[in-house]
Amino acid sequence: MSPGELLAQTFVQHALLAALLVSVACGMIGALVVVNRLVFMAGGIAHSAYGGVGLAFYIGLPVLPTTGAFTAGAALLLGLVTRRRRERTDTLIGVIWAGGMAFGIILLNLTPGYNTDLMSYLFGSILTVPARDLWLMLGADALILALVLYYFRDLLSFSFDPDFARSRGIPVDGLHLMLLVLVAETVVMMLQVVGLILVIALLTIPPYLAERHTRSLAGMMLAAGFWSLVSCVAGLAAAYLFDISSGASIVATACVIYLVFFMLQTAWRWLSRRGTRETPRIVD
Amino acid sequence: MSSPVIEIEGLSFGYESGPVLSDVDLHIRRGDFIAIVGPNGGGKTTLLRLVLGLLEPQRGRARVFGKAPGKEPARVGYVPQHGNLAPGFPATAQEVVLMGLPHGRRHGPSFWRDERAWASEAMRRTGIEDLAGKRLPELSGGQRQRVLIARALITRPELLLLDEPLSNIDPYGRQCIVETLTGLGRETTVVMVSHDLGITANAITGIAAVNRYLVQADSPQLTPAMLELMYGVHEAGCPVHEHMHNLAETVPSGEAHP
Repeated sequence: MSPGELLAQTFVQHALLAALLVSVACGMIGALVVVNRLVFMAGGIAHSAYGGVGLAFYIGLPVLPTTGAFTAGAALLLGLVTRRRRERTDTLIGVIWAGGMAFGIILLNLTPGYNTDLMSYLFGSILTVPARDLWLMLGADALILALVLYYFRDLLSFSFDPDFARSRGIPVDGLHLMLLVLVAETVVMMLQVVGLILVIALLTIPPYLAERHTRSLAGMMLAAGFWSLVSCVAGLAAAYLFDISSGASIVATACVIYLVFFMLQTAWRWLSRRGTRETPRIVD
Repeated sequence: MSSPVIEIEGLSFGYESGPVLSDVDLHIRRGDFIAIVGPNGGGKTTLLRLVLGLLEPQRGRARVFGKAPGKEPARVGYVPQHGNLAPGFPATAQEVVLMGLPHGRRHGPSFWRDERAWASEAMRRTGIEDLAGKRLPELSGGQRQRVLIARALITRPELLLLDEPLSNIDPYGRQCIVETLTGLGRETTVVMVSHDLGITANAITGIAAVNRYLVQADSPQLTPAMLELMYGVHEAGCPVHEHMHNLAETVPSGEAHP
């Protein structure tokens, strides 16, 4: 099929739209996750989302909204228990991580006549996103964008120095919980694209790459969204060309982009340092 | 008599592991420059956090500008220990300074022109206006500390609290910071946790020694009661003890430290 014919296909258009919508959320929330060192916590939230998938099938409700609500609840719970037992954060994340997954698997076992493709939530199925889910993703993007823009100063200050932010009167605890809920919604959006096992890759690699070449949090968010979109589109193309699964292809593409960027940047720095050494210096 | 800035009476505070501060009284007036000294773990940082309203006293009362701590963020500037900060954070020095603005009515991702002007003014006062576009990893320890002081100064606070602003900073950087602090003028009350009394001896108007209990003096010299509080009574000659005793004897003359 030629690229033109391919782009005329509805499922391809849906996939590209899903990639764009996910990248908007991924850029903003991924940047906040990376600068706040919440990667492991985001991983826990992502895996607990599987409980929501199981719940949706068990009670026969639409998957995306049910999972969104369930995961937001899990994120709030995690935020509240880790606030009380901060020194136990990693253990509590582990509990929610595994507990949520086990809950989902058991509910799927109990669902009569369950035979939906389980793998599509574990590894993503960007090529089968229905129009209704695109609208939900658009709504989630609008919510995330509005909250992040409105609270941007507070998020910036508390990401940099939570103690100081608290001394400025910023409601740090409330913002932290809000951020975890937004992470939950972002993760649920990403289930469709890369699947919950690979969510954490797309949530961290583009922001980490963006951090290497940006000077502000806002710039990092924009750049992370851009790199996420590039990874999704290039990954989709690679998946089509080599006939490999789309989720893994997207994450692998993000990894390759990061690696190439890292090597080019290191080489550039090395060359420019060599350049400056040509100036006179004290011989030792 | 100038008006009180900090009034603490009979204050006690402890964590689960045990009491940290017991029956502490502290009175700081407008224009004071107070050094808080004491051993590590003695409760110096906890005392600052109580004054900021980040912690609640378990007994006793604390008042800042006559109100409960934390009620007036714009009047209180805070410079935390700088070692705890994320070095790779994507922000320029100017953006870090702008983070000192109190939580208020203004929202949104961009800062207003008047706010940027306040940031420039704070950076001018700390002598770092030419570093506005630099990221923190590009700065030296002393420059980074002055960025944090500028962040605290952006609201033109009447009370400035600093937690060990001179630790892990080279002597030149220390001198710059001390000059910045002494240049603030008497309208800014300064409370500084410090291990280095020598360099600030000419600026400070009083000392508070903290080691669970607190002993305050209205002169820039350590008293025997403070030394006993901080280091206990030593039978054998402990070098630190002797050094502090010598310090207590030499500082009163004022010009003992070059």
